[in-house]
Amino acid sequence: MSLDAKIPPGELSKKWSDYKSKVHLVNPANRRSIEVIVVGSGLAGSSAAATLAEMGYKVKVFCFQDSPRRAHSIAAQGGINAAKNYQNDGDSVYRLFYDTVKGGDYRSREANVHRLAEVSGNIIDQCVAQGVPFAREYGGLLSNRSFGGVQVQRTFYAAGQTGQQLLLGAYSALERQIGMGKIKMYSRHEMLDVVTIDGKARGIIARNLITGELERHFGHAVVLCTGGYGNVFYLSTNAMGSNVTAAWKAHKKGAFFGNPCYTQIHPTCIPVSGDHQSKLTLMSESLRNDGRIWVPKKKDDNRPANQIPEDERDYYLERRYPAFGNLVPRDVASRAAKERCDEGYGVGASKMAVYLDFASAIKRYGKIEANKHHLDNPTEAEVITLGKEIIKEKYGNLFDMYKQITGEDPYEVPMRIYPAVHYTMGGLWVDYNLMTTVPGMYALGECNFSDHGANRLGASALMQGLADGYFVIPYTIGDYLSGEIRTPAIPTDHQAFVDAENSVRERIEKLMNVKGKHSVDHFHKKLGKVMWNKCGMARNAQGLKEAIEEVQQIREEFWKDVRIPGSADEFNPELEKAGRLADFLELAELMCIDALDRNESCGGHFREEYQTEEGEALRDDENFAFVSAWEFKGDGNFELHKEPLVYENIKIAQRSYK
Amino acid sequence: MKLKLKVWRQQNSQSEGGFQTYDVDDISPDMSFLEMFDVLNERLINEGGDPIAFDHDCREGICGMCSMYINGRPHGPNRGVTTCQLHMRSFHDGESIVVEPWRASSFPVVKDLVVDRSAFDRIIAAGGFISVNTGNAQDANSIPIGKDIADSSFEAAACIGCGACVAACPNSSAALFTSAKISQLNQLPQGQPERYRRTLDMVHQMDKEGFGGCSNTGACEYECPKEISIENIARMNRDYIKASLCKD
Ligand SMILES: Cc1cc2nc3c(=O)[nH]c(=O)nc-3n(C[C@H](O)[C@H](O)[C@H](O)COP(=O)(O)OP(=O)(O)OC[C@H]3O[C@@H](n4cnc5c(N)ncnc54)[C@H](O)[C@@H]3O)c2cc1C
Ligand code: SF4
Ligand code: FES
Repeated sequence: MSLDAKIPPGELSKKWSDYKSKVHLVNPANRRSIEVIVVGSGLAGSSAAATLAEMGYKVKVFCFQDSPRRAHSIAAQGGINAAKNYQNDGDSVYRLFYDTVKGGDYRSREANVHRLAEVSGNIIDQCVAQGVPFAREYGGLLSNRSFGGVQVQRTFYAAGQTGQQLLLGAYSALERQIGMGKIKMYSRHEMLDVVTIDGKARGIIARNLITGELERHFGHAVVLCTGGYGNVFYLSTNAMGSNVTAAWKAHKKGAFFGNPCYTQIHPTCIPVSGDHQSKLTLMSESLRNDGRIWVPKKKDDNRPANQIPEDERDYYLERRYPAFGNLVPRDVASRAAKERCDEGYGVGASKMAVYLDFASAIKRYGKIEANKHHLDNPTEAEVITLGKEIIKEKYGNLFDMYKQITGEDPYEVPMRIYPAVHYTMGGLWVDYNLMTTVPGMYALGECNFSDHGANRLGASALMQGLADGYFVIPYTIGDYLSGEIRTPAIPTDHQAFVDAENSVRERIEKLMNVKGKHSVDHFHKKLGKVMWNKCGMARNAQGLKEAIEEVQQIREEFWKDVRIPGSADEFNPELEKAGRLADFLELAELMCIDALDRNESCGGHFREEYQTEEGEALRDDENFAFVSAWEFKGDGNFELHKEPLVYENIKIAQRSYK
Repeated sequence: MKLKLKVWRQQNSQSEGGFQTYDVDDISPDMSFLEMFDVLNERLINEGGDPIAFDHDCREGICGMCSMYINGRPHGPNRGVTTCQLHMRSFHDGESIVVEPWRASSFPVVKDLVVDRSAFDRIIAAGGFISVNTGNAQDANSIPIGKDIADSSFEAAACIGCGACVAACPNSSAALFTSAKISQLNQLPQGQPERYRRTLDMVHQMDKEGFGGCSNTGACEYECPKEISIENIARMNRDYIKASLCKD
């Protein structure tokens, strides 16, 4: 099967508007009899479902939490990008497009990224109209800040709770349609398989998590918005329930998986404190607007941070990357932290941490405030108090969170931070329409592979999720559904539904019947360690080969020795976890295979064999300027298809942030 | 640390529940309250028992899913934190801790510590939105909003929908939750056209779901992990009265 990305012809900046004016439409009367299934209620799912229902389609939405409002998008902290140029600092659609392609280390598709930049401004308009309370200036206009890898201020935010506010906006649009009876919501439901008929996606099998019942649901199209798979590493900044199950089932039903090895390790997270740890907590990238990252110049320096004088500190990002300083992209910042710690300059009890220090920002803001308040000759203490107020307004909830977890007060001592798994750029391969290789099945938001290449820039995931849901899928799905207006709803006693349900039931029974000795978490922790050590921030061929064998081994042990208490026909969180881990155990192998196949370093994929003399990622554009799209060929077998990446509007170059 | 836990166990919504006692040791003060439950559950599984069901997802205080009633207080002893952010250093060695689900007839127990809070979704569906279809928005900066109004709206919008306010209230009132959303939207210029209708519809839905009336005890504000202000209830009541008068 050959891959067709279906990129419309014509000039880059006109592709999307031309496409929109020519795409096939479904007339409003016909939309009423067309059913769409949306799996996931995060930014991508809620925005897509609400918009499709507003247009008149009949929509069903599924999520595994008890309410759609709790999807993991809620946890996003720092902000959302848009090329509004409200700050008059030279931003434009082209610049956002360029920054995103460069930030992604030239491994994303030009046409998709340009479309994303084009619709970014509409997202902010839409959210404000819904009542999303973004941060504002005294004049009443919207406020902006900077994120890594860019030199303009284009990030809109709501304190450190931007994801929450955006999701609640999309959720309110969703609930409005639910209230009007145009969407039927299925909370505490988990999708466990896609149903395909004559090669087209026609519905799903879902498990009611309260009763354990398996349900069949028909749709003319199935839209997956199920988030990322960072939890394959066990410890990550994702929510406990985040998983790959929906995407993986789709993959096994024919959807190619794009760039599975591209994982984002976020530089600023609270370090691991012990074996009991169940998840890692992010400290938003927005903190790098004001925080300075450093380690002591001396190895094994055990003095408390405040006692290390200025000239004995190494602000290594400012030293190595003077042009971007603390705001280099995430992959660069993470590797630099790892390098310092591996060399023995790390701080804290574990020595696997670096400082993120706000002392100079507090002083800087304090002085500005003192001037504003017309205080002549303020004392140092007055300046610091005023400065802390400003820091509190900007990042208060993050500072509180840090204090809760570590027991240390970041207003007084620098934060200790270390990189952690955060986001997966890889995901289901989709074409320009966001359709997977299975006709009628779409993937939106973090669960697709598009837009971010080998490294995502901060504040761009929220943008992508909402772009996909509000502004892309409402057009592109019409192109497919216009051909479906003569297809009546297929009754769910169709053999394909029966077969899919049976195979889901068999798998659940198989899991329940293992009756082994160890809990699901026992295996998940093991898998996480292998992936973190051998397919994490740095990878090499030797390690990846070992990892593949180790993953296979853990998978085998899991199926022989996992213990799931209770039964399958009741509320059973351990069974849910087991099903998700079983899929992670298959995905993990593909991630390692993909990482081993890509003999270059790019963005978040750092192969130790391929680096410059200064330790930067060394791409191989001649041989690897393509998307790896893997086809499932039966257990543990995958076939590689390549989508060549063609750059017509950007000169592809070595990324430099120096 | 060693602890004695008295935990509510209930098979499902129909069955009767009761307390069971568990001794746990080897608890580190750096663990979160939920990680302490992970340790206990791991042990129960290893012993062939039934682990305790509890709701949780983000484990960073923002999704609103975690919901334990600890020693008589929703989300435990500390103000302004959710159960998942509570750390064991807030307890002392040898302490006995009682853990129950939210208690309210509008939040039926699903299993053990898990309850059904879908009534909250239905309150939002009744009016917790601004009716604007995708694609109809004007430029964001064409609606300037004073910083104080924006900030006040944001503070109300910080509600995570956890239901602690209901669990804390002697009347099981959902006034704080409902008023937080009303107050967020009714303060904004965009929210004005539907202001009174929204207030009436949401309050009616709240009553229909069987939540009790508000008698101003203030327990909700005190226990709310996001410190949502009771002023929002006053705002909701003012708008409700105005709306009822206009209607007649
Ligand atoms: C801590 C943190 C902070 C972040 N901060 C930022 C930021 O500041 N800016 C930014 O741009 N990005 C940020 N990100 C990234 C961004 O939040 C996510 O990439 C984005 O929100 C994902 O949205 P989504 O809609 O694709 O998926 P999600 O919001 O993860 O939603 C997934 C949905 O799918 C459902 N689901 C999953 N599997 C199934 C199944 N099998 N059956 C049924 N339902 C299922 C879930 O219930 C959920 O509703 C952050 C991420 C994290 C973890
Ligand atoms: S008002 Fe507070 S206690 Fe009530 S649901 Fe919202 S966050 Fe929870
Ligand atoms: S688990 Fe999300 S708020 Fe506690």
